[in-house]
Amino acid sequence: MSPILIAEQVLNGLQFGVMLFLMAAGLTLIFGVMGLINLAHGSLYMVGAFAAAAVAGLTGSFLLALIAALAAAAIAGALVEIVVIRRLYARDHLDQVLATFALILIFSEGTRWIFGSFPLFLDIPGWLSGPVTLPGGIAYPLYRLVLIGAGLAVAAGLGLLISRTRIGIQIRAGENDREMIAALGVDISKLYTIVFALGAALAGLAGALVGAIQSVQVAMGEPVLILAFVVIVIGGIGSIRGALVGALLVGLTDTLGGIFLPELFKLFLDPATATAVGASLASMAIYILMGAVLIWRPTGLFGAPA
Amino acid sequence: MKVLKTLALTTALTAVAGMAAADVKVGMITTLSGGGASLGIDTRDGFMLAMGMADRDDVEVVIGDDQRKPDVAVQLADEMIQSEQVDVLTGIVWSNLAMAVVPSATAQGKFYLSTNAAPAQLAGRGCNPNYFAVSYQNDNLHEAAGAYAKSEGYTNPFIMAPNYPAGHDSLAGFKRFYGGDLAGEVYTTLGQTDYAAEIAQIRDSGADSIFFFLPGGMGISFLKQYSNSGVELPVMGPAFSFDQAILQAVGEAALGVKNGANWSKDLDVPANADFVAAFEEAYDRLPSIYAAYGYDTANLLLSAVDAADPAEDPDAFRAALKAADFDSVRGDFSFDTNNHPVQDIYVREVVQEGDIFTNKIVATAIEDRSSAYVDECKM
Amino acid sequence: MSRETILNALLVAGLVALPLGAHLAGEPFTVTLATRAVILALAAVGLNIALGLGGLVSLGHAAFFGVGGYAMGILASHAQSYVPLMEAPFLIEGTKSMPVIWLVAVVASALAALLIGMLSLRTSGVYFIMITLAFGQMLYYFAIGWAPYGGEDGLPIYVRNGFPGLNTLVPIQFYALCLVVLLLALALHAVIARSPFGLALDAARQVPERVRAVGLNPTRLKLAAFTLSGAITGLSGALFADLNRFVSPTMLSWQMSGEIMVLVILGGTGRLFGPVVGAAVFVALDHHLGGLTEFWQVWLGVILLAVVLFARGGLIGLIAGERRTDA
Repeated sequence: MSPILIAEQVLNGLQFGVMLFLMAAGLTLIFGVMGLINLAHGSLYMVGAFAAAAVAGLTGSFLLALIAALAAAAIAGALVEIVVIRRLYARDHLDQVLATFALILIFSEGTRWIFGSFPLFLDIPGWLSGPVTLPGGIAYPLYRLVLIGAGLAVAAGLGLLISRTRIGIQIRAGENDREMIAALGVDISKLYTIVFALGAALAGLAGALVGAIQSVQVAMGEPVLILAFVVIVIGGIGSIRGALVGALLVGLTDTLGGIFLPELFKLFLDPATATAVGASLASMAIYILMGAVLIWRPTGLFGAPA
Repeated sequence: MKVLKTLALTTALTAVAGMAAADVKVGMITTLSGGGASLGIDTRDGFMLAMGMADRDDVEVVIGDDQRKPDVAVQLADEMIQSEQVDVLTGIVWSNLAMAVVPSATAQGKFYLSTNAAPAQLAGRGCNPNYFAVSYQNDNLHEAAGAYAKSEGYTNPFIMAPNYPAGHDSLAGFKRFYGGDLAGEVYTTLGQTDYAAEIAQIRDSGADSIFFFLPGGMGISFLKQYSNSGVELPVMGPAFSFDQAILQAVGEAALGVKNGANWSKDLDVPANADFVAAFEEAYDRLPSIYAAYGYDTANLLLSAVDAADPAEDPDAFRAALKAADFDSVRGDFSFDTNNHPVQDIYVREVVQEGDIFTNKIVATAIEDRSSAYVDECKM
Repeated sequence: MSRETILNALLVAGLVALPLGAHLAGEPFTVTLATRAVILALAAVGLNIALGLGGLVSLGHAAFFGVGGYAMGILASHAQSYVPLMEAPFLIEGTKSMPVIWLVAVVASALAALLIGMLSLRTSGVYFIMITLAFGQMLYYFAIGWAPYGGEDGLPIYVRNGFPGLNTLVPIQFYALCLVVLLLALALHAVIARSPFGLALDAARQVPERVRAVGLNPTRLKLAAFTLSGAITGLSGALFADLNRFVSPTMLSWQMSGEIMVLVILGGTGRLFGPVVGAAVFVALDHHLGGLTEFWQVWLGVILLAVVLFARGGLIGLIAGERRTDA
């Protein structure tokens, strides 16, 4: 296996990780501030992708489509927070799991009701398509480089938002002591709605960005949701930095595992068996990683000790 | 023409067509909700189109949604057999659901006509006189792609499928008719959505062509990512990844791809022209391969009902099914000894007609193909 | 007698009377549907022991459900093909006998629960939910790639397994068998809840420090509850596979874990008969809504949401009042 191939696969792992981060950031923020497990986060990802596909179909503009995705997911998030989620903050995790499980059913089949059962079309704009040649002679799709850049920019922006702005201070305060910030006169319910909408918008953005190179269809959110959970658990729930590290770890493990495990097994098994066994193990790899991290550090890499 | 639809309020089953005391009752189990719904909807629409065109009141169809879950499919089959007392079952799209329903339904003496899924087990050692696959045997379309690769003189294809039984059968089917060297053989995770790693492997492998089997959303994702990668090798696959519904979501990325299929909308058969026109008229969209199988299955069923009542004279009904005396949209059609079709299998190319992406036939890959497991079937 | 006790008695009467009535009225499918509800209720009884008594929110119980299912599938498929499971060092043959299959299912899923529990109980809270989910996913992907036993296609069994003295192919007889198992599991739950072990477990859930102070190990108590819980859910998995005459990786999927959890919460967490009410209502909704509209899952979602938001303590809480009795 050539060094160029390995470098390219590392880039692929990074890109996958960065996209996972967009999903995981919202999830971990919502958990950190409101203490809420949101299984319906994947549905907001789907809302973003569908909104982008619909607007791109009407206007032909990818930028408008991205804006639509952000707006639609943020509005859907805010609505869900106001109508359902805010009644769940005081409840235990069990009620939250059930309620957001119910939301998945409503979102998924509701989307199918509106858009029909067939996958939608959403493509990369012409000015972002095709490969570029990187130093070392790697031909790499431009769009994937843009994804890495966009994801890292969002990560940096989120970091600034939390460390430098007024709302960031409120978010950090909310993570530490909910009663106290309410006592200090911060409108806590407004803060919660904003945080939830922000998390939703990030998920929607991820849905639109990824939707351009994947299939925009009902139930596209659930596989990503599970991965995002794995990410935030590895990183430590509530920690943005943990989410970034966790996302990159999961992205790299999944991508590189899929490549190297079958090759590894070929050393001592016949090729057909080796590919099948290696592929099986590769699909379990991130869960094994997660189990191992939790056994080593029960609250994740960057989580506060229980 | 609008398809009749009556909602039954007290049962999960929707009864359609033929309200009067029908002689023959057919249970259709198919996927009408969730991610795989488009395939089931096409199967149902094709089937009901044929029923509507025949305009018969001696056949009643009850339809149930299996949600693509094996246990729900089994429950529906139990309900249709125990309380609706159907004579014939049909409609399942997925192999794993078929494996859950077919063996026990045929063990209870019911007939099953497959509109799509036809796993190897049921074509070989697990074959049954009451089970007929109207569509194909699962390996067929992959075999066609293999035969095509050989005829085109490819010497180093890279082949890829998800890591599950249908994926293993797919690659085995391709290799059976290709028979040469491979640049690489990869199994992906079922449900995988990102293929950057596999595309990098393809680029690195020195392959001269690509064969892949990635049904549903997986195929859409792969094609979009592949077309953007700068790798420009000829691509082949089975028809499932280039189906009418999927092509619109892939767009230009699919143009030029070759796929193995036993049906195409431009297949020059009179019955096919009628079917395509009637389907567009009724549903305002182009038919897919699943709709074609559904339509053929309904017409086969009707031809057998004309000969005998399945409840009163199952032997005569079975013989009539086996005779396959109906106008197939695929032209020449007969059943082999294992009740799987003998038919021509073609290679189609994805083309653009106006705003619509669709397929046209470019070659015949294998003539009068039966299935690899026919000798294992003892009945 | 409390209202909940009266309700429970009515429920048992209903479990006996309704399917018997359907059987006499010649509606075997209603009996089949009731069997499905009873088996799912049994799975939820298992989870309820971890969830209600131990406070362990497991989103990975499909793992045990599936292990039980595969125990049945593997044993029965070997019996069907007359190929022994293992020849060396000693011969193990497949079997079509339910009691043997149940024993294997219980032992296998208890072992799985013990292992998963030992690792998972190092964490708590949300981390526990997620690590159980991860173990479930691990087994799910393993089963999908497990070619000798069908992989994603699953494993069909042509004829339902047998139980001495019964004809399990007759729906009402198989129903009766499942109902007896369910009632035994409910009795076990009730006995445990009142036993010293149950009381210690309850204390370990609420005030672990005090349990530690009297010299008990709260983690061990929870592990015991988790293992027992997994074993019962595993048994229900074997029955579920027998009901469908089929086992496949979908039994191990996270949606299945979610559904089992929905059953418990719908009925009322920690309530003795919560799983029974939850399963009965869920199966009925699942079945009847499907006939009303193609998009019935939207309405299922709305109903579930309404239960969480407005019926705290689940349906039993709604009928019998908020206060949890010591059942």
